[in-house]
Amino acid sequence: MKRSLLIGGFGGQGVMVTGQLLCYCAAEETEDKQVTFFPSYGAEQRGGTANCYVIISDTAIGSPMVDYADELIVFNNPSLDKFEECVKPGGTIIINSSVVDKEPTRKDVKTVKIPAIEIALKLGSPKVQNLVMLGAYVGYTGLLDPEDVKRTAEKKLGGKRPEFIPLNNAAFDRGWEIGHAAAR
Amino acid sequence: MEKVIKRPSTIPENAISGFCPGCMHSTVNKLIGEVLDELNVVDRTVEIICIGCGTLNLKYRENDQAVVAHGRACAVATGYKRCNPDKLVFTYQGDGDLASIGIAETIYAANRGENISVITINNAIYGMTGGQMAPTTMLGQKATTCPNGRDFNDVGAPVHMMDILNTLKAPVYLERVSCNTPANIKKTKAAIKKAFEYQLAGKGFSMVEVISNCPTNWNLSPLKTLEYMKEHNLKEFPLGVVRDRGGEIK
Amino acid sequence: MSRAFVKGGDAIAEAAIRAGCRFFAGYPITPQNEIPEYFAKHLPEAGGSFVQGESETASINMVFGASLSGTRCMTSSSSCGISLKSEGFSYLAAARLPSVICSVQRGGPGYGSIKPAQSDYLQATKAAGNGGFKMIVFAPSTVQETIDHIYEAFDYADKYRNPTMVLLDGVISTMMEPVVFPEPLTEEQVQAIKDSKTWALNGKKAGDKKKLITGGATEQSNMECAEMYEYWAEHETRAEEYLVEDAEFILTAYGTTARVARAVVDTLRKEGIRAGLIRPILVNPFPYKSFAKLDYSKVKCVIDLEMTIPAQMIEDVKLGVLGKAPIRTVLRSCGEVMTDDFALGGVKKIIEEY
Repeated sequence: MKRSLLIGGFGGQGVMVTGQLLCYCAAEETEDKQVTFFPSYGAEQRGGTANCYVIISDTAIGSPMVDYADELIVFNNPSLDKFEECVKPGGTIIINSSVVDKEPTRKDVKTVKIPAIEIALKLGSPKVQNLVMLGAYVGYTGLLDPEDVKRTAEKKLGGKRPEFIPLNNAAFDRGWEIGHAAAR
Repeated sequence: MEKVIKRPSTIPENAISGFCPGCMHSTVNKLIGEVLDELNVVDRTVEIICIGCGTLNLKYRENDQAVVAHGRACAVATGYKRCNPDKLVFTYQGDGDLASIGIAETIYAANRGENISVITINNAIYGMTGGQMAPTTMLGQKATTCPNGRDFNDVGAPVHMMDILNTLKAPVYLERVSCNTPANIKKTKAAIKKAFEYQLAGKGFSMVEVISNCPTNWNLSPLKTLEYMKEHNLKEFPLGVVRDRGGEIK
Repeated sequence: MSRAFVKGGDAIAEAAIRAGCRFFAGYPITPQNEIPEYFAKHLPEAGGSFVQGESETASINMVFGASLSGTRCMTSSSSCGISLKSEGFSYLAAARLPSVICSVQRGGPGYGSIKPAQSDYLQATKAAGNGGFKMIVFAPSTVQETIDHIYEAFDYADKYRNPTMVLLDGVISTMMEPVVFPEPLTEEQVQAIKDSKTWALNGKKAGDKKKLITGGATEQSNMECAEMYEYWAEHETRAEEYLVEDAEFILTAYGTTARVARAVVDTLRKEGIRAGLIRPILVNPFPYKSFAKLDYSKVKCVIDLEMTIPAQMIEDVKLGVLGKAPIRTVLRSCGEVMTDDFALGGVKKIIEEY
C-alpha cells in the first residue's frame, strides 16, 4: 500500500496542519508505516499559497514529492487551477466547496465536495474548517483509524487551546461522515 | 636582592621579534608580556593573532596562541570565549585587519559586548604586504597603491574605528594610546592592563588602539617617524580615553 | 523506543546536541533556517552557546574559535552561504580543528533558487576552499540517516582532527519523517571529550611549552594530510550496493535522489528488468571500488541520477567505471525535485536503447 496526497490552499487555512496531523498519526500511532511530509511555501511570508505532499506507505518511500497524487485536497480556487492536473486518473479531488466556487475540468477523477466553512460555522468556529477536511479525507480513504487521528489532533492541537478539543472532534466527525458516505 | 626590571616571562632570552628596528610592535609586545606577568594570568591566557605584521608574534611570545584568518580575530575570539569564559582572551590585530577586511567582525563583537580585549596597532599602512594604503592612511600620505598620496575624493578619509565603536552601547572601555614617548608607553601599558582587568572582572568588550609607526614602509628613519606621527597621525587620531564605563558595570 | 515525526532541520540540530555539540554559529539562509532556530532555542538549555553571526564568514570563524577550546561545534548553511564559509573550512583544515559542517544544497550558481537541489557536489568533495584539503562528506538520504550521520560526524571530526561535512539538500531539511533519536551524551561524557583534546588551547601552564595553532601549512603538514586522505580512501569508503549482483542497469545517486533511485530499482525489478543501485553513503572518500568490482560482462549501462544540471557526481562515477560501460544521466535542477515518476520515465527511456 502506498497512498499519496497533495493539499493546496492559502497560507493560514490550515493546509500544513492538516497534512501534518495525518502524518503524526501514521508515524506515532503505528509502528511500521512509512510516512513523509514535504511542504512547499511561496516566498511570501503572508497571504501566499501553501501546499504540501503527504505519502503514507507500507514500504520505503522514494521521493517525498509526487507528480500525480491519489488524492488532492483543495482549499481555494488557485489550488484547484494549479493542481488539478496533478491527480492520477481515477483519483479524487476533495474540494472545500465553501471557498472553491468552480468545478474541476477533469472528467477522469472523482470529486467530493465538503462545505467545510458552513459546517465549521454551524459548529461554532470557522477555524476548524481544516479538521472537517481532515475528517473527510480519513473517512473517504479509510487509511487511518478515526479515533487515532482524533487522539493525535488532541495531542498536537489541544495543548494550546484545550477548549477547542470538543469542537475539533465534532468537526472531524462531521467531515468523516461525509467522506465515508462519498466512498461508498 | 630582588630584580625589579626583568624580561617578561613570555619573552624568552633567545626570542627574536622579527619586527623592523624602531617599530612600535615590539614595544607593545613587551608591554603585553609585562601585564600578563603582573596579573599572573599567563596560564589562562589565549591570544588570537591576526594576519599582518602582528603575525610575527607567533615566534616571539610564549603564551598560548592561535593565528587565524585575516580580519576574523574578533569572530574567533567570540567562539573561543563563549566556550571557555574563564580564560583571558585578547586579539592582536593591525588596522587593515581590524578596520578594513575585519570591520564587520570587530563592530559586531563590540556590539554584542563580547567579554574580550582587542589590541590594535594603527600604523597607517599595510606593513607585511609592502606598504599599500590602509583604512587609516593619512590624507596625502603616499603608499604603493596611492602613489600620489591618499586622495579624499578618490578613497575618502582615514577610518576612525574608535569613534565608530563609540556609537555602540555595549563596549565598556575604548582608549587610544601611543608608544612615541616614555610617558605614552606607560599609558599604553596601563590601558592594556585596564582592558585585561575589566575582562577578568567580566565587564565586557574593550579596545586599546595604539597609534604606531612604520619606519620601513613610511621610508623614514625611526626618529623621523616620531616627528611625522606628531604632525599627522596624532592629530588625526588624538590620544585619550574615548569611553570608560568600567566603574558603572558590576 | 517510540518514533517521533520530525522535520529534517530540527532533527539535525537535536542530533548534534545529543552528540555533545555545545557551540553553533550561523547566518540565516533558506532552506536551512530550522537548524539555527532549533539551536537558538535548545542549545542554551544544554549549557551550550548559540551565536547568530554577522555573516557566514564570521560564523565559520566563530566555529574555528570554539574548536580551539576543544568544544564540539558546528555550523550549517546553504550553497551561496557555504561559498562564503569556504575560507573558514580551509583554515579549519589547515589548523586541524574538528568541527561539523552541515551543507543544505539549493539551486545554483549565484543565489540560484531557494528550493532544493544537489548543485554543490563538486564543491563539497573536491575543493570546499583553497589549498587542496579534503573532508569526509556524509550524504544521507533519509531524515533518520541524517540524524545518524550528524551524530557520527562529530566522532569522525574528533578522530581525524578535521572538519567533517554532512551534505544534504533542501528536501531532507524541510521534509518530515518518523525517526528514533540516539541517546544523548551525558554532561560528564561531553566534558570528558573536551578534556581529552590535549592539543586545545587552555593557557600555558608553568613549565609547559606554549601551544600554537595556526591556519598555516607546510610541505610536511601537506604530506601528513595526504596520508590521511589516502587512509580514508582505503578504510572509510561507505556505499550501499542494492541488487547489483546480476544487474544489467546500474543506477547511481546520493542523498534525496538515491531514495528515488531505489524506488525506481524496485519498480523495474517488478517488471523483470535487472536493475541495481550503487548509493555512495560517503561521497568523499568516494566508493570507486563499488563500481570497479561490477561484472561488466553483464552491465549494459550505468545511469547517474542527480538534482543538478550539468551532472557533477558523474565525474567520480567515470573514475569508477573507467570506460567499461556507457554512463547516462537522468537530471533535474534548481528546485525541480526528482520524483519517482520522472526518474522512472527517464531511466526507462535509456533502458529501451540497450
